[in-house]
Amino acid sequence: MTTAPIDDKTYGELREIAARYPEPRSGLLPMLHLVQSVQGRITPEGIEACAAVLDISAAEVSGVATFYTMYKRHPVGDYHVGVCTNTLCAVMGGDEILARLKEHLDIGNDEVAPQRQGDTRTVSLEHIECNAACDFAPVVMVNWEFMDNQTPDSAVQMVEALRTGNEVSSTRGPTLCTWREAERVLAGFPDGRVDDGPTAGEASLAGLQIARERGWSAPDPATVPVPAESKEGDA
Amino acid sequence: MTQLTPVLTDMWDVEQGWKLKPYEAKGGYAALDVAFGMAPDDVIGAVKDSGLRGRGGAGFPTGMKWSFIPQDNPKPKYLVVNADESEPGTCKDIPLMMGNPHVLVEGVIISSYAIRANKAFIYIRGEVLHVIRRVQAAVDEAYAAGHLGKDIHGSGYDLDVVVHAGAGAYICGEETALLEGLEGRRGQPRLRPPFPAVAGLYASPTVINNVESVASVPAIVKNGAAWFASMGTEKSKGHGIFSLSGHVTRPGQYEAPLGITLRELLDLAGGIREGHRLKFWTPGGSSTPLLTAEHLDIPLDFEGVGSVGSMLGTRALQIFDETVCVVRAVLRWTEFYKHESCGKCTPCREGTWWLVQALDRLENGSIDEQGGAELVDQLLDQCDNILGRSFCALGDGATSPISSSVMYFRDEYLAHLRHGGCPFDPARSTVWAGQEVTA
Ligand SMILES: Cc1cc2nc3c(=O)[nH]c(=O)nc-3n(C[C@H](O)[C@H](O)[C@H](O)COP(=O)(O)O)c2cc1C
Ligand code: SF4
Ligand code: FES
Repeated sequence: MTTAPIDDKTYGELREIAARYPEPRSGLLPMLHLVQSVQGRITPEGIEACAAVLDISAAEVSGVATFYTMYKRHPVGDYHVGVCTNTLCAVMGGDEILARLKEHLDIGNDEVAPQRQGDTRTVSLEHIECNAACDFAPVVMVNWEFMDNQTPDSAVQMVEALRTGNEVSSTRGPTLCTWREAERVLAGFPDGRVDDGPTAGEASLAGLQIARERGWSAPDPATVPVPAESKEGDA
Repeated sequence: MTQLTPVLTDMWDVEQGWKLKPYEAKGGYAALDVAFGMAPDDVIGAVKDSGLRGRGGAGFPTGMKWSFIPQDNPKPKYLVVNADESEPGTCKDIPLMMGNPHVLVEGVIISSYAIRANKAFIYIRGEVLHVIRRVQAAVDEAYAAGHLGKDIHGSGYDLDVVVHAGAGAYICGEETALLEGLEGRRGQPRLRPPFPAVAGLYASPTVINNVESVASVPAIVKNGAAWFASMGTEKSKGHGIFSLSGHVTRPGQYEAPLGITLRELLDLAGGIREGHRLKFWTPGGSSTPLLTAEHLDIPLDFEGVGSVGSMLGTRALQIFDETVCVVRAVLRWTEFYKHESCGKCTPCREGTWWLVQALDRLENGSIDEQGGAELVDQLLDQCDNILGRSFCALGDGATSPISSSVMYFRDEYLAHLRHGGCPFDPARSTVWAGQEVTA
């Protein structure tokens, strides 16, 4: 992918982000997300732009950019695939999924798979830490959208669909956008996809469904005695 | 039998439950007027009376935290919502913000009103794109409906809310590191005191609360402190979301009164996956010491879990059956802590590195049994040198899975050495191996 220059429009948006905060420097994290959406990674030009807008040194910006794992110094694919290999997901099959994808794509961690003839899009691969979806293990994230309950086969099918330009939807969200488009949303510029996907995924509803079936709910406030005595719960 | 008590999860099965209309149809934003009819200190009083304790792990009383904000300090006050949810196993705030973001926004408004803040921030970990969309949209809708902005509901009270995406760093869940991130710096914890209540964001008085804590506030205000306190146990009041993951038949979120037991929860979740039995579990994420089947009946409240040497933490119940090698599990968590150590202090930065070296040698059985037994003791020594000597609780947390696993499963460590490697077949623990029946 080509790297777009940081033009006036982007400078305007960088200033807009900084202006959301009482102190402009607070905008730095979202500003760096915006740099990634424009340039596909954290570039020296992007660092200079943030430094100029915030009136701090490039070294200060660079020091922040290197601290956080979502900021990339090397380009990633159009679809950045993260396989959770923290303990729970690893045990449930995440290790196998990562191994299969590495073998299938013939790449190591944090690399972009070579674009084959006929591929319209690229994918990159990374192992990630717990993404707060353990009840959907094993979890894969693509451009930070949930791909829940994966298997090695489903993950291979998914990356193939992505490379060949087919639409893939998140299991709990919209059709996947590109990594750069995702970075723009993280910078605080919504993309209108908010109303896609369910209110909650299947696993999230496990307890609620039981409560509904059995007619359980929190106590009716009308039946609670007013000056509450400290009493033992019934657990 | 303890019954489930859906309050925060009650919107999750509603069609487009993330939108304003369905939320208002269920009585949403009505608590605002109740709150605005009260003096801010009375809102703080109600939250104190409810017994709500922080849902982000440490269980600090929320109302008391709010009362520490020095109201005679002329600087602006801030509310910061900790939506960084990254503790391994913790997976409740993310579905809450996805399915019911307005309850968080309503909680932010009431909490900010109570502490007299006119600006609030929601710091969401960056790796959850759709959740960020949902919270951004909820804030926009709330502005459009007059629930945010100037003179909210004609009360004269003004509030602005900024949704802020992080960029990948577990340590930014630690509240002072989060403030550094929010000030556009590397996320390294700050020395305390001063506590954030006195000098937090921009050195101004700041309350930092977990998503679930803040989201619990509207129902407390609307239904009364006594209503909230009628759930739970003596010192651990109210409802909380319990997250079951791993080798259970129906993993997922179960909102229940504090004090429910794992036995009861497993019963609801259809038990351990068929043909297997419980081996070990975390009560509140990987930083809380492991427990075993001996602990099925302890009340899952702050006191109950504390009484068996662990912590309630975030009620992140990760369940592992007998197919799982505890050394492999602990090594992987330790690699996580090593990776996430912010590097500020030596015990954690160096210590987590040594822990990984030692665990790796043990898991791979690359020493003899005699040397291995010594290495296990050395591992515990290393933990001693980190626990209580680190600058923040990340270092302490890193030692929890190690010390607890050695306590309950020392022989399994040694079995690796007798066996010359890991005696477990990782294929048997996977979801797709779940149907096999073991002898
Ligand atoms: C390493 C580390 C990570 C943490 N991560 C989180 C987190 O992701 N979310 C959270 O609410 N609290 C987290 N905490 C706890 C916070 O520091 C803080 O106690 C909490 O946000 C206070 O909110 P509460 O009183 O409502 O629980 C973490 C603490 C440590 C030491
Ligand atoms: S304990 Fe670890 S994470 Fe905490 S300040 Fe020290 S190095 Fe950083
Ligand atoms: S361990 Fe993978 S999402 Fe939590």
